Amino acid sequence: MADQQTQAAVRRTSFKLVLGAVAMFAFVFVVMVPLYNALCDVLGLNGKTNGERYRVVEASVDTSREIKVRFAASNNEDMSWGFRPQTGMVVVNPGAATTINYIATNPEERSMVGQAIPSIVPSEAAPYFHKTECFCFNQQPLEAGKSAELGLQFIVDRDLPAHIQSITLSYTIFDVTDRVSTDPDLAAR
Amino acid sequence: MRANWLQRRSGGVLPRALMMAVGLLSSLTLWADEPKRWETNMTPSVTEIGQTMYDLHMAVFWLCVVIGVLVFGVMFYAVIAFRRSAHPEAAQFHDNTSLEIAWTVVPFIILLFMVGPSTKALIEVYNTEDADMDILITGYQWKWKYEYLSDDGKNVSFFSSLRTPQSEINNEEPKGSNYLLEVDEPLVIPTGKKVRFLVTANDVLHAWWVPELAVKRDAIPGFINEAWTKTDQEGVYRGQCAELCGRDHGFMPIVVNVVSPEKFDAWMGKKRAEAAEIAALMDKTFTMDQLYDRGRKVYQRSCVACHGANGEGGVGTPIAGSAIATGDVAVHLDVVVKGVAGSAMQAFGGQLNEVDLAAVLTYQRNAFGNNMGDKVQPIDVYKFKKGQ
Amino acid sequence: MGDHGPAKGFSRWLFTTNHKDIGTMYLWFSFAMFILGGSFAMIIRAELFQPGLQIVQPEFFNQMTTMHGLVMVFGAIMPAFVGLANWMIPLMIGAPDMALPRLNNFSFWILPPAFALLVSTLFMDGGGPNFGWTFYAPLSTTYAPPSVTYFIFGVHIMGASSIMGSINIIATIMNLRAPGMTYMKMPLFVWTWFITAFLLVAVMPVLAGAVTMMLMDIHFGTSFFSAAGGGDPVLFQHVFWFFGHPEVYIIILPGFGVVSQVIPTFSRKPLFGYASMVYATAAIAFLSFIVWAHHMYTVGMPVAGELYFMYATMLIAVPTAAKVFNWITTMWKGSLTFETPMLFSIAFVFLFTMGGFTGLMLAIAPADFQYHDTYFVVAHFHYTMVAGAIFSMSAAIYYWIPKWTGKMYNETMGKTHFWISFVGFNLTFFPQHFVGLAGMPRRIPDYALQFADFNMMSSIGAFIYGASQLLFLFNVVRTITHGKPVSEPRVWEGAHGLEWTLPTPPPYHTFTTPPDLKESEMHG
Repeated sequence: MADQQTQAAVRRTSFKLVLGAVAMFAFVFVVMVPLYNALCDVLGLNGKTNGERYRVVEASVDTSREIKVRFAASNNEDMSWGFRPQTGMVVVNPGAATTINYIATNPEERSMVGQAIPSIVPSEAAPYFHKTECFCFNQQPLEAGKSAELGLQFIVDRDLPAHIQSITLSYTIFDVTDRVSTDPDLAAR
Repeated sequence: MRANWLQRRSGGVLPRALMMAVGLLSSLTLWADEPKRWETNMTPSVTEIGQTMYDLHMAVFWLCVVIGVLVFGVMFYAVIAFRRSAHPEAAQFHDNTSLEIAWTVVPFIILLFMVGPSTKALIEVYNTEDADMDILITGYQWKWKYEYLSDDGKNVSFFSSLRTPQSEINNEEPKGSNYLLEVDEPLVIPTGKKVRFLVTANDVLHAWWVPELAVKRDAIPGFINEAWTKTDQEGVYRGQCAELCGRDHGFMPIVVNVVSPEKFDAWMGKKRAEAAEIAALMDKTFTMDQLYDRGRKVYQRSCVACHGANGEGGVGTPIAGSAIATGDVAVHLDVVVKGVAGSAMQAFGGQLNEVDLAAVLTYQRNAFGNNMGDKVQPIDVYKFKKGQ
Repeated sequence: MGDHGPAKGFSRWLFTTNHKDIGTMYLWFSFAMFILGGSFAMIIRAELFQPGLQIVQPEFFNQMTTMHGLVMVFGAIMPAFVGLANWMIPLMIGAPDMALPRLNNFSFWILPPAFALLVSTLFMDGGGPNFGWTFYAPLSTTYAPPSVTYFIFGVHIMGASSIMGSINIIATIMNLRAPGMTYMKMPLFVWTWFITAFLLVAVMPVLAGAVTMMLMDIHFGTSFFSAAGGGDPVLFQHVFWFFGHPEVYIIILPGFGVVSQVIPTFSRKPLFGYASMVYATAAIAFLSFIVWAHHMYTVGMPVAGELYFMYATMLIAVPTAAKVFNWITTMWKGSLTFETPMLFSIAFVFLFTMGGFTGLMLAIAPADFQYHDTYFVVAHFHYTMVAGAIFSMSAAIYYWIPKWTGKMYNETMGKTHFWISFVGFNLTFFPQHFVGLAGMPRRIPDYALQFADFNMMSSIGAFIYGASQLLFLFNVVRTITHGKPVSEPRVWEGAHGLEWTLPTPPPYHTFTTPPDLKESEMHG
């Protein structure tokens, strides 16, 4: 059909386009997903909080401000545990460490493992909500019929934007008995 | 009047066409609670922010109408005036840079006028500060759960699901005026209070939407979203799930009762009294497998002696294929909870707890070839007992 | 390659590398899919004819809405335009064939198995895909029927087909233009397809990525979209719409191209603002990459994100409006006749602009809280997609079928088809604006009583619109078998372009030697 030169040009064009398509496929995994997760961390999209333990840098407390922190709990799907915060609301000063408990009860006749996933509203507050200790860092095993107090220690950052006066922290508990993490990194989280 | 209307509804195409013609007229004479037919515009809102949305909607709508009339006016003028019979010689121009720049810039400027009000409204939608009360809304396949968050952690919560009977859906009975928009237990909120909704889901995505409150928020499993409403108008406001969530997506309506703060407090007081009892059970929504497994154990403990290992019967009647175990749940509950007077069938209501009762009922309805496919949850048993 | 004609029998079609044959196959395949997707729509509208459940159960209804969307988007509209590209691009740029003829054959022939696979899921245990054509996780992952794996496989194959087809189109346009056919002299149909093909190469892999993540979540224990394992269902929506928004322009841009060919022909006047048309198309394509989250206003994005997507979306109105003004100005002071292709094109401008208006309304985020996921959206995207893609496609078929076959279609029947379609279409979708505004959510098999009247109207319209397509089929078949022969190269006296310099019908191989370009046949 076409001459040699044209055919070579067609091959070059096609090759570049194939590369482009492959790059776009890779783009989803190596750019979009990590970028989305990074944005979530920075902006608190969906009220996701950083899954890592917060290391206290300074301990000065801003006593001039009071922030209401409300707690909520949900069960995902088939999760049969009783799961609720011990207290509905606390008032804290930014910079002060506060500890509260969630109560989990396993009503089943077998031991189970739960994973709590936190979510914060307003999402704008999520980057300013630091957890120094949290049961959500780890998967939580619970023996049949047993209850446990699950501890959470947090600090509201002193840089919390001034217009935010209340924060709601909600945990959703998932049944992960069948998918207990063997990945040490994840398990450590 | 309603039955009459429904009769006409099921008429042929010709009566239908007539109905369409008189529809506007007849809608004026309908009852207050009769659904408003032939509605062509957005539902006006009873909230300030909803009214802002509505005004924005109307503003953009009229803007589009004006532009549309101009653009289509020119187009139809061209179609008529420059048809070949009237305009045999076509001009041959094909560019006019200043014209082209003009019609790029002008729409841009028009858009700029819309930016201000839209931005202001959107920021207001997002302003969830200073809420007077918080309600956690959880979407389930296929119902809603409402939980009033309280400071002491003792929350009032309940499920709200479709009340329209299956017989209406299957066209075996005439449809009521709130067909598919009625629930067993509506959400109740007070007037004049800023109510913040925390929206999440138990399984798949849902979206909580009440047009008159102008609230629509996606419910996402594992995450919470927030929205708010505040209205001074008492009333019953109806909405539906607005995100495809599986089979019964069309059958999980939302009903919100807005009442005076006094009525709200009274209602809340009653709820709180029930809440203490309910709280423990509410959390437990069991799967079929969980109920079935637990039910089998309960069955082997409490039922097997009379009804047989395979439900074949003995002292008691057979469970396999029995009209009770494959019939109405309420009847089944009645028999198991209260027993059958004058027979060996005891009342198990006091012997077994709600969870075990629910489990054994589920087991009986699904084992031995009964295969009803339905589940009885502890809360159902609780409610049944409550209703006694 | 000499002047020999096609091989005989079935092997001609199976092994053909001829762009005209492959174009024909694409067109017939897409028409078959159009009828199939249309019959799904008929089932939907029949169920919605009256309140209550009459014909199908909710499970099946959900499968119908899902399959209707998937089949229409991926099976009917996209392959139809690829078929048109195959036929017309070489003829319009003076190329002997597509640049990669064997790849061309392959990219067509993997489509029928892909759709056979997709449709076969309806007969599997648990039924076919029932999670909407947007297949949001976790309904499409954790909660999906087992057949979802076949659905994913099918999407992969049709995605591969689209990517191969696009590479072929780009390679053809970049390398096989006749000497003197510079980019800014290409017919606008070629331009719109050129840009569309780049969009396809960019976003079909993103769709492939999305379904691959689904596959991994379902079968390999990953948690891209599940919060339990640290994932996020909202991520799915971002990935999907990063593909999905360009996708809707992929569907409409070639339609813009068709209309930009047809309107000048029947106005007997050159296209107004050729260069601005090209730039507007490119601008729309660019904007399509930065507006995706306007499909997700209710998902709970931060207000800053919401504002950004609102502003960016409103911008789309600017290039789109410029295109509409260009088409209208093309007609201005022309000498218009109203053959069937022109009727469809004028209706396209009218109806697509209506879809554009509702699009502008939907762009306003605060108002969208009330529109989102209602029938208002359904009305909007059918005004853009049906009136945009299907009407322009009908225009294209009527416009070029005399050239392809050497036979003239029946004008009366064509106009009848147009008017029935036009009335049926508007009767179907105009009332959907009303029920949507009044509060009817989309994707529901049953509805409250206040929506009954308009739904019945809508269903009647749908049956009319559906029936009119059978008339279309009849007209096309009748043209091929009994059409009045035409031999004039320039079938339409007002038409310009290389395809009209060829004999009618064109020989099996055309432009084996590059044509001499005459200024009068060039655009721009």
